[in-house]
Amino acid sequence: MQKKVFQEKSKVISNARMAKDYFKLSLSSMRIPATAKPGQFVQIRISDKTAPLLRRPLGIHRVGPKSFEVLFKVVGEGTRILSQRKPGEYLDIIGPVGNGFDLTVATQASILVAGGMGVAPLTFLAEKLAKRKVNSSKLIVLIGAKTRNEVLCAKEFSDLGCEVKIATDDGSRGLRGKVTQLLERILLTGCIYACGPKPMLRKIAAISKQHHIPAQVSLEEHMACGIGACLGCVINTKKGFQRVCKEGPVFGSEEIIW
Amino acid sequence: MLNLNTYIGKLKLKNPVLVASGTFGYAEEFSDFIDLRELGAIVTKTITLNPRQGNPAPRTCETPAGMLNSIGLENPGLEVFISEKLPFLVKTGVPVIVSIASESGPQDFIILARQLDKIKSVAAIELNISCPNIKSHIAYRISHIAKLIAQDPKSTYEIVKSVRKVTHKTLITKLSPNVTDIVEIAQAAESAGSDAVSLINTLTGMSIDVENHRPRIAAITGGLSGPGIRPVAVRMVWEAYQKVNIPIIGMGGIMDTSSALEFFLAGATAISVGTANFINPRATIEIIKGLKEYLIRNKIKDINSIVGSLKI
Repeated sequence: MQKKVFQEKSKVISNARMAKDYFKLSLSSMRIPATAKPGQFVQIRISDKTAPLLRRPLGIHRVGPKSFEVLFKVVGEGTRILSQRKPGEYLDIIGPVGNGFDLTVATQASILVAGGMGVAPLTFLAEKLAKRKVNSSKLIVLIGAKTRNEVLCAKEFSDLGCEVKIATDDGSRGLRGKVTQLLERILLTGCIYACGPKPMLRKIAAISKQHHIPAQVSLEEHMACGIGACLGCVINTKKGFQRVCKEGPVFGSEEIIW
Repeated sequence: MLNLNTYIGKLKLKNPVLVASGTFGYAEEFSDFIDLRELGAIVTKTITLNPRQGNPAPRTCETPAGMLNSIGLENPGLEVFISEKLPFLVKTGVPVIVSIASESGPQDFIILARQLDKIKSVAAIELNISCPNIKSHIAYRISHIAKLIAQDPKSTYEIVKSVRKVTHKTLITKLSPNVTDIVEIAQAAESAGSDAVSLINTLTGMSIDVENHRPRIAAITGGLSGPGIRPVAVRMVWEAYQKVNIPIIGMGGIMDTSSALEFFLAGATAISVGTANFINPRATIEIIKGLKEYLIRNKIKDINSIVGSLKI
């Protein structure tokens, strides 16, 4: 039987601070880059200690031929330890896990909406979409953050040829307000791909419904195993509880019972 | 020649390393990571007669050296289990131990056991009378305090006895650590005809997010598992080992070979790996290899000879 998910010892290539509390971790990997799809994630064992015990799920940000990157923000003990891991050290990785975004629905315009760390998997998605880009198709990226210091990856998106618009809570960059306000302002055609906090995704689901534009949203939930075994990370959908790690993390916004 | 063979009732295992119910799904999820054929036995996620949706999220949270869960026995029910999950399990060639629970007193246990008794490929039945996360396990109420079946020796005896009457398969009873005296419960299971006891299930626990004053899992309380609970589990295995004659399947925070060995020395005939499967899906295989190395290093021929070999 063909393996779909791998457990590997991955060497840390770099672990660089992008902004205060934000890190970009680059890991060597033989098998994950070849099969990873945008929207999938990896489960990282941050150390071999028993506390913090659980792996940390992080969305795949970019892939190279023999490496991949993840972005993370230091929010607690686990991510603090991860931020201290040095080049040359090894991390136990499980991945790629989850379903990933469905790229086949992308039409004339793809609107990528990122809230905070939501930029991480959407960069990978934008890369893939940019490669398939046909004539007049458009890639629009909307980034929302608290302040301008927390706006990540804007340059990466513009380098890929995306039209980038930004909203910050304090107005220090782009629109003062929410990223969903940006979404409501632009001409709504095509399809939406979104990753970010749940309130943002809920609002996007409402916009998607109102304007009859399909939206795929990438969700987060507390995870123990990340491989579909523990049934911990469920979300309530029209089909009943579904596992965010297995049936997700990407769902059609209309499937979720918000 | 090294012997890892172990008996649980009539059931012969090629090695004493099992997986704990609820931590291994129905095994499919682990086929990418390990050769399932190497396991001593597979204990399924608990099934109930009818499908259960389980509890709302968040269902898990991390705790110091452990985790809390309140899944609420989500499962597809007996019928779907038999048609969709069992065939894959059977194909592994490893003995399949089906964990069952009731939503309505003894009746469901009896129906489930009767049905499973007819299925040749089911190697054994584990009675989950100790899940802390569903209300239907309530045996009775005293002073408004709900109790699990496994918190009361009389209820434990009655359930085991009634299931014993309807199946000849190896019967394992999974006990709760949330009791004053584990020995009296283990003895009740033994005298009612249980072939073995599994201990321990999770410890009831609770964790609070102090920023928003809310419980960190939706069900408020849940079951604590992981290496943090291991000393409690080892102690209970040791206590039960001195008073019961049926095999004990030890579990609770086993992460590696050394923690597995603690259970054998305390009196466990076999062990189950639980939460460690979430952190290292290869934990079981690494433990099987590690046990062999330990036996060779210490010139021990038979794993059974270290069971209960604690020196005091």
